[in-house]
Amino acid sequence: MDRRNFLKTSVAAGAASTLGSAWRAAHAQGGAIRVGLMAPLTGVVAAGGRECVDGFNIYWDQVGKTVAGRELDIILEDDGSIPDTALQKARRLVEQRNVHFLCGNLIGNTGLAVAEYAKNSGVPYFMPIIGVDDMTQRKRIPNVMRIAGAVTGSQCTRPLADFALKKGYRKLVTISADYAYGHEQCGGLVQTFTENGGQVLRQFWHPLNTADFSPYITQIQSMNPDFIFAMEAGADANRFMQQWMNFGLKGKIPVYAGNNTPDQAVIRTAGAEFEGVISAAQFSEGSDIPAAKAFVADYEKKYGKLPGAYALTFYAGAMWLKEGLAAAKGNVEDRNVLVQAMSKVVLRDSPLGQPVQLDDYGNPILDVYIREVKRRPDGKLWNVTVETYPQVSQFWKYNPEEYLKQPNYNRDFQGIKKA
Amino acid sequence: MSKTATGAVLVATAVVLAFVPWWAPGYRTTLATEMLIFALLAMSIDILEGYAGRTTLCHGALFGVSAYVLLYHVVELSGSLWGGVVLGVIVSTVLAAIFAMLAVRTTGVYFLLLTLALGMIVWGVCLRWSTVTGGENGIRGRVRPEMLSDPSSFYYFVLIIFVVLAALMWRFVNSPFGRTLQGIRESESRMRTLGYNVHLHLFIGFVVSGFFAGVAGVLYGFFNNFVSPASVGLNQSVTGLLMTLVGGAGTLLGGLIGAIVIISLQVFVSEYTERWSMVLGLMFIVIIIFAPEGAIGKLRQLFAARVPRPASPSIRTK
Repeated sequence: MDRRNFLKTSVAAGAASTLGSAWRAAHAQGGAIRVGLMAPLTGVVAAGGRECVDGFNIYWDQVGKTVAGRELDIILEDDGSIPDTALQKARRLVEQRNVHFLCGNLIGNTGLAVAEYAKNSGVPYFMPIIGVDDMTQRKRIPNVMRIAGAVTGSQCTRPLADFALKKGYRKLVTISADYAYGHEQCGGLVQTFTENGGQVLRQFWHPLNTADFSPYITQIQSMNPDFIFAMEAGADANRFMQQWMNFGLKGKIPVYAGNNTPDQAVIRTAGAEFEGVISAAQFSEGSDIPAAKAFVADYEKKYGKLPGAYALTFYAGAMWLKEGLAAAKGNVEDRNVLVQAMSKVVLRDSPLGQPVQLDDYGNPILDVYIREVKRRPDGKLWNVTVETYPQVSQFWKYNPEEYLKQPNYNRDFQGIKKA
Repeated sequence: MSKTATGAVLVATAVVLAFVPWWAPGYRTTLATEMLIFALLAMSIDILEGYAGRTTLCHGALFGVSAYVLLYHVVELSGSLWGGVVLGVIVSTVLAAIFAMLAVRTTGVYFLLLTLALGMIVWGVCLRWSTVTGGENGIRGRVRPEMLSDPSSFYYFVLIIFVVLAALMWRFVNSPFGRTLQGIRESESRMRTLGYNVHLHLFIGFVVSGFFAGVAGVLYGFFNNFVSPASVGLNQSVTGLLMTLVGGAGTLLGGLIGAIVIISLQVFVSEYTERWSMVLGLMFIVIIIFAPEGAIGKLRQLFAARVPRPASPSIRTK
């Protein structure tokens, strides 16, 4: 490129970009509301990411993409299940596509990466499913919040511990994949369980993608617990339950599980080994709640399968966004107004059941359902509600300020009360 | 390529790079910053890949480790920023020295596998040592200095470091030492017969390369204010290596071309299709088949074909 050419092109490029930004400024108010939606469409949880997007879209297809007189422009990006990619995409959505806010992501570390970006750039970020405890606890960011059906890792397992105690169980062994979401689910469970008279015999941590669970299962068997808690994700869940049944333990030692373990994403293709697994979650696909029934029927009709937590949380998340945007009267340009409006939403008549609202830390207070895996008349496995714990907060029955003095759950700190 | 042509290309590159915030403000400047950071990683890999003839798969780990050290020092220990930067680079360099001691005695696929294993160890440690590294979740916190918070000043900061390091690397590979590395690439036994200490040369080359990867890693820490096991994973090493190969191994500046091409593809292709990783894969296959010498290598060949002259010594002959 000679000098003249270089000058020409740079002048042209400069003019184009100036014009571009002037055009953008002129159309900023009153144009479409641009939503930056992120989900893992490739990578380790690609199937789950697809369900997230389906759940999100099915709602907007039902109600139409207009809120407060403004059209909704949903810009979808693949976070690749990798935090670095998620960050790259978040940056692009905000800085290039000029979205008014971000929403989505599935894996904890992708959410954390995007939250850090939101913190530094001030863009509002709403998480329909990310469960990392500290994001609404010790490391809270004002413009980042969980919405609708998002729960912290430990939020659902505390009622589960209570349920087990009421059943008369006192001795527990946990087995969990060794990563943050497992640490947090186990932490909530064993803390509540031991503080109320239960005893944890042992906690096993194994790497993600463990092929052979027999060393763990034989040890569990020899300890003779009243019940076990298994936090297994994806293919690990299939393998663990299969081997548990092969050892003849199905029906002998009750299996309580993390909310992701008997999710539809897992049991859709599973067999008898999952029958009777008890878990606690914000939703059950075999629920009696009318809105939940309607959602399950719509989803099944459209996609030919039962929805799990991924589809549900993004569906409810879309409902939440609509409420919040309406409350903000469509003024998404003012980030403070938007964040305020979103944090004051009271979500009624959703598949989540009773009205859901956020606590002071930006985390939903919602009904938690104790569920059991059963067979539907047509033979499909699904989770059916056996008991409801109304309005459970991320702090359970603790005083938030007191609670936040203890460290976040990890492998070494599980909040176990010494007997 | 003649000296004047090389000079012209360098000057043109410098001018284009110097004015990025003008002709590509906002997001595209941020993107250009990312390209420069990855270009440094790719160039550090090129020292081994292109000049010493050793394909490494652990540079992602060396790169990510310095970001980890920086974030841990600043966020978890509340240490000073520049202390974290220095420590980060030192840890990467020391780690490179340890890896080098284990790896330099091997060649070819054994070197590849050994560095792969070493990199995976770092990844495993970052994943499992959760009390320090935060496990899967990684470490996050603002480490980028306040004065570099807007895209264009951060870009210039990275650009200056890029230019200085690129010059240093250029000097390094064109020094007698660098020539020795090339000699080792061509024939290890001949160099040994000539009296060169092959292992020592490779060791030093590896450590120097690790140092540059470490500096790039610190910049990446500034860039993201976040680090997680994905930053030290195999994916990172492979991305760096692909950038080197796409741009052209043994050309040093090829790393810059590779970073520009691959990051642009990642960003722009994903705008149009969910199957962007497939497009990337196809592109790599095409490059390996039709231009195994990379973009710069191919250009040099075309140039050399038009103006017949002896082949440049840095074109690999196989």
